[in-house]
Amino acid sequence: MRVLVKGAGVAGLAVAHELARRNMAVTVAEIRAGIGGNASWLAGGMLAPWCERESAGEAVIALGRGAADWWSAALPGHVTRAGTLVVAHPRDASELRRFSQRTENHAWLTEDAIAKLEPDLAGHFRLGLFFDQEAHLDPRRAMEALVEKLSAMGVTFLFGSGQPVPSGFDRMIDCTGMAAQDPALRGVRGEMLILRTSDISLKRPVRLLHPRHPIYIVPRPDHHFMVGATMIESDNEGPITARSAMELLNAAYALHPAFGEAEIVETGAALRPAYRDNLPRVDARDGTVTVNGFYRHGFLLAPVMAQQAAELVFASESDTEPEHEADHQRRSA
Amino acid sequence: MLTCYGVELASRLFLGTAQYPSPAILADTVRASGTEVVTVSLRRETAGGASGGRFWELIRELGVRVLPNTAGCHSVKEAVTTARMAREVFATDWIKLEVIGNHDTLQPDVFGLVESARILSEEGFSVFPYTTDDLVVAERLLEAGCKVLMPWCAPIGSAAGPLNVRALRSLRAHFPDTPLIVDAGLGRPSHAAAVMELGFDAVLLNTAVAKAGDPAGMAHAFAGAVEAGLEAYRAGIVEPRETAVPSTPVIGQAVFS
Repeated sequence: MRVLVKGAGVAGLAVAHELARRNMAVTVAEIRAGIGGNASWLAGGMLAPWCERESAGEAVIALGRGAADWWSAALPGHVTRAGTLVVAHPRDASELRRFSQRTENHAWLTEDAIAKLEPDLAGHFRLGLFFDQEAHLDPRRAMEALVEKLSAMGVTFLFGSGQPVPSGFDRMIDCTGMAAQDPALRGVRGEMLILRTSDISLKRPVRLLHPRHPIYIVPRPDHHFMVGATMIESDNEGPITARSAMELLNAAYALHPAFGEAEIVETGAALRPAYRDNLPRVDARDGTVTVNGFYRHGFLLAPVMAQQAAELVFASESDTEPEHEADHQRRSA
Repeated sequence: MLTCYGVELASRLFLGTAQYPSPAILADTVRASGTEVVTVSLRRETAGGASGGRFWELIRELGVRVLPNTAGCHSVKEAVTTARMAREVFATDWIKLEVIGNHDTLQPDVFGLVESARILSEEGFSVFPYTTDDLVVAERLLEAGCKVLMPWCAPIGSAAGPLNVRALRSLRAHFPDTPLIVDAGLGRPSHAAAVMELGFDAVLLNTAVAKAGDPAGMAHAFAGAVEAGLEAYRAGIVEPRETAVPSTPVIGQAVFS
């Protein structure tokens, strides 16, 4: 069976991986010239289903708990299993209590325990929460490595809009996010920064709670830190606003003053595609499968949705009338 | 019925639309609360002036009246511009006017508030000013053309409940015919019942509902509390006394001493 995957964001690459693993002939077509420039490129890369439960339903845990294993198996060496540290300043202690009530699988940390985990944060926070089963990866390295691995597995990549997309595919899987132009999708704008400083090092993602501007900082190789992310109900894809940059920088500085001296290496803004329930979906309609609506959970939920999509395609391999199954095979997270 | 700028409202609960886990949960919450008015913030959601797009469509699809607000505005100019934008986007003259004076407490800048209220009222807006519990400011807002007042009972998002009951009572006593809607600071249903028992006309909630574990369940709980408080106020609440008073008459009973 020949399958065309449209879109080389995290969803498209994960789907291609699941299909290639099942020995299907896969072509990935990406309208951009390379793998950068999409929402996945700006992602935090946190595999943190228990933390995400704070603002999402139970489903995020059920669907996301296997993500770290999937990425480890797909890309050995890319996943760091060091947990997530959640802190708040004393004046926002109630935010920490609230976070703990909404989540599970965490332990309370005292000042000393925080210092043991993250020596550079010693003395900055009196209380914290530790989610020891969570993990993270570098989204850019992971995507590049996945393209390399998939190419070696025989997957064809067509980058750039100039290329004519060959025909004759048995199935098409649309993983193009906002570009799918699905009226059920809306954009949730996210803005982020990448900072560089060697004055501080972190071993794991740190979330700083705040009633208005909660942020996370994810350590990346070579003294880089990804600071994210705003959540704005807007379809505007323009550059980061001064206000958002100020809020992110303020929060980073509040986490540790060393970030005040960091270089701002990059700023970014993109739209997260989201359905009304903020959960992703695999849909089958008229012979086309769509995998979309990852919201802020691309790297976390792409594995499980990719598996669902691949099973759908695989199951229909002998089916000659895929359009009849549209309603039955629609799977919702 | 509560009447605000000529519009009759059966529900005494207004809801903010920010911070919900998802638009689907927001829609469930609006249904569970029975609310007829939702506020929506224009400034943050636009992020540079483009249309809010799908999220605003989802708000319109809720089928309730939209009260746009000027949240995040720190000056008269910002607030007035935002209000004019809101009129275009949502095709309504209603505007919840917020002019923030202090970044930490989100306390209203009452001077800027009165000035913006005057400008917007002259332009035909129906202004719902987010104000403090200060009596004199309330008078100035009414003079500026406001027909509804939205005093805080505690800082926005603090969930602290009514902090200054004397001031709230005083507002009610001085403006018996003006719709008074408590905006900001309510954390739990008993807080909402407490201000309704003081005779306030309605409450506006956002954080207390949106950040609850089950927003729809919490909205339903608040709706019940608001109704209870309203009914209690109308029924006439017994004033507290210093001493115990037996509820059965003691006169005529035998004395054993």
